[in-house]
Amino acid sequence: MRYPCTMKHRPLTKHLRLLCAALGLLAAGAGAAELRIGLSGEVTSLDPQYLAAQPNLTVARHVFESLTDVDPQTRLIPGLAERWRAIDANTWEFNLRRGVKFHDGSPFTADDVAFSLARPLSIKGSPGGFAAYVRAVASTTVVDAHTLRVKTKYPYGALPEDLNSILIVSKKHAQNAGPEDFDSGRALVGTGPYKYLRYQRGDRLELTRNEHWWGKTPAWNKVTLRILPADPSRTAALLSGELDAIEHVPSADIKNINKNNKLNVTQTTSWRTILLHLDQYRSQPPGVSDVNGKPLPANPFMDLRVRRAMSKAINRSAIAERVMEGLAVPAANIVSPGVFGHNSALKAEPYDPDGAKRLLSEAGYPNGFRVTLAGPNNRYINDEQVLQTVAQLLTRVGIQTRVEAAPMSAFLGRVRKEETSFALLGWGSFAADLSLRSLVAAPDTEKGYGAWNWGRYANPKVESLMEQALGSVDRNKREALAREAGTLAMQDLAFIPLHHQVVSWAMRADLAYVPRTDEFTFAHHFTPR
Amino acid sequence: MLSYALRRLAWSAATLFVMSLLVFAGVYAIGNPVDLLINPQADQAEIARATALLGLDRPLWEQYWLFFRGVLGGNLGISFAASVPAITLILERMPATLELALTAMLIAITLGIPLGLLSGLRPRSWLARTIMVLSTLGFALPTFWVGLMLIMVFSVQLGWLPTTGRGATVDVFGIPLSIFTVDGLRHLLLPATTLALFKLALLIRLTRAGTQDAMLQDYVRYARAKGLSERAVVQSHVLPNILIPIVTVAGLELGSLIAFAIVTETVFAWPGMGKLLIDSINVLDRPVIVAYLLATVCLFILINLLVDLLYAVLDPRVRARDTQ
Repeated sequence: MRYPCTMKHRPLTKHLRLLCAALGLLAAGAGAAELRIGLSGEVTSLDPQYLAAQPNLTVARHVFESLTDVDPQTRLIPGLAERWRAIDANTWEFNLRRGVKFHDGSPFTADDVAFSLARPLSIKGSPGGFAAYVRAVASTTVVDAHTLRVKTKYPYGALPEDLNSILIVSKKHAQNAGPEDFDSGRALVGTGPYKYLRYQRGDRLELTRNEHWWGKTPAWNKVTLRILPADPSRTAALLSGELDAIEHVPSADIKNINKNNKLNVTQTTSWRTILLHLDQYRSQPPGVSDVNGKPLPANPFMDLRVRRAMSKAINRSAIAERVMEGLAVPAANIVSPGVFGHNSALKAEPYDPDGAKRLLSEAGYPNGFRVTLAGPNNRYINDEQVLQTVAQLLTRVGIQTRVEAAPMSAFLGRVRKEETSFALLGWGSFAADLSLRSLVAAPDTEKGYGAWNWGRYANPKVESLMEQALGSVDRNKREALAREAGTLAMQDLAFIPLHHQVVSWAMRADLAYVPRTDEFTFAHHFTPR
Repeated sequence: MLSYALRRLAWSAATLFVMSLLVFAGVYAIGNPVDLLINPQADQAEIARATALLGLDRPLWEQYWLFFRGVLGGNLGISFAASVPAITLILERMPATLELALTAMLIAITLGIPLGLLSGLRPRSWLARTIMVLSTLGFALPTFWVGLMLIMVFSVQLGWLPTTGRGATVDVFGIPLSIFTVDGLRHLLLPATTLALFKLALLIRLTRAGTQDAMLQDYVRYARAKGLSERAVVQSHVLPNILIPIVTVAGLELGSLIAFAIVTETVFAWPGMGKLLIDSINVLDRPVIVAYLLATVCLFILINLLVDLLYAVLDPRVRARDTQ
């Protein structure tokens, strides 16, 4: 919310200031409220189907909506579809919300949905990966203007989750539009709570309220989304009063902001789980040797006792409290608390260095061995410090660990060339079975499994449960199966879970925001206190 | 003169060619941008599809050949991340960087040369000593830190100036410039000062050293013997003689200001080219990286040319040589 008088920055007499504040209050009362938010990620394109990166989607979701929505705890709720159900194992029917209009006044119909579901595969030169969300779709049938049937190639229970990522564009405006048409606002016509006003690439997007939105009218009639990837600058802009709220508060600043009575911080456990992948397919993984640098007789990571010893050697609560400065929750699960398929009965492995040493001796490594731990240094909260701490903790029980931290671009390059054997990754997902499919199922290009299973862990039992989960359109059954599969994978330490990150927002003291597990920042969810 | 110009042109073209090869190979060696850009839920088929769509599955030489053919046709490639021609992205951001760099250079020159002269003429005065201490600070303090401190003091504590971003712009011949609006100048002041600090220190040192050296020369002694006032000595004998190295350095430094104002642009969220380069490197957006560096080399070549022309204006000997 910005008052029309922004004289705050100029030296003014007290009287003028008071006058200004009074005028501001009057204006605010008249509904002239503006909200200015500092976003942390670079937005590359306004086309909502060009690149499935969180910063792009954050911006896009102000203008566009999807059939299914998710609540702050990542549970599915109705979006542009009021209801959906599986008619049979291979068919989903979506009943669309009636009376919804695009920003240009044209009605929203099933045709637009069918068009939007087909569009990701037809965008030229898009590295976006939206096609992954419609991979299971065999065909779509428009039954009537407000009913759409989606046939899947195989029984697929996660379609409602996948379709959450497909934003519905207006067929009329998008069918002949190129990326520049979206960036200029011409094709940026959605059904969402905000309309395009102005865009300056790399700097800001300005939006005005869609007065005809079907949802609860947002409190702000104007929204400015500023793109501020540099952490200190984002905090400074909030402290100076130039912004009303920021996302991803730097961990070092949270204490100070909490002490400032003009501001407040809100936090929740994020869906991002930080984990360590272990090479479980090569007999001589790179970077692994005995303490004298000679090759080991076998790959130690293939031994569950070694994996467990490593897990016990890691002091998760110390990492969460000190290294992460409270911005983490020790993890035992493949997905964060509250996420579909989370098993609250699983408890994070307690810190037990002696137990770890015992297990290592049992497994035939009484003197330990040497490993190299690789990871990014610019991706996750305090990622390099986490790597260093894990390395020290492992070294304490005899596993001499060297850290190789690099920017995400260089690190991923090495992973893809299979030059790492022990590596840190962060993962967020709506559901345990979806996480399992990417992280734990044995890599299989045909089925699209295990694209991020760097250690090539393979467990037929886990995989079969996961397939049953993904194949069941009954949500309760699916969640039970997903939970079982995830639990099994974690008991077998398919990878070593470290922690779930905590995500935080900071804002003016008179604002409130329900923190979202999926880390999204939405202007329309900010409310005055 | 013509053969000199042609030779120079050929050298520049060779530089551009070699540099594009190096950058191309370098980015290729780091990794696949699709891995960074693509949505994590994507499976192998989707990664392969996107890689093929961007032409990244072809052998490096073929990718380079396609790029080279494009350049000959005036197309520097299309950004992977933004799906917009790389050169468009760069040109879009160029006005912001140019006005930041030129303002910084203006600050550095208008303060640096007088202060340098002053401390060179009276090296033992307390004023000269103060200037020298301050210029040492200008060298020693990291830009990142200075930028943040300026933000903390002038924006957060005093609330006089905005913390980040670029102010309102007006179109001048179709180019959006912010130096002609009050809001724009307010936004410009802190980043330009931050950027100017190092160059200011450099110019002070350079001018001071040149002045001290010139003051010992015979022509100064003769000028004084002729009865010229100290002011006239400095104005018409010392200054013209020390300006040539200053212009050379200032020219080169202006090039580096424009091309590598990265840290300052990041701290102040200034939507310029430097920030674009950093963002592009982070996601290995090769077309933008290559186009950016090519544009930078061209800029350096252009600035060198301008500096040479300025020599001719400043130094009659150069002029005489050229007209022969």
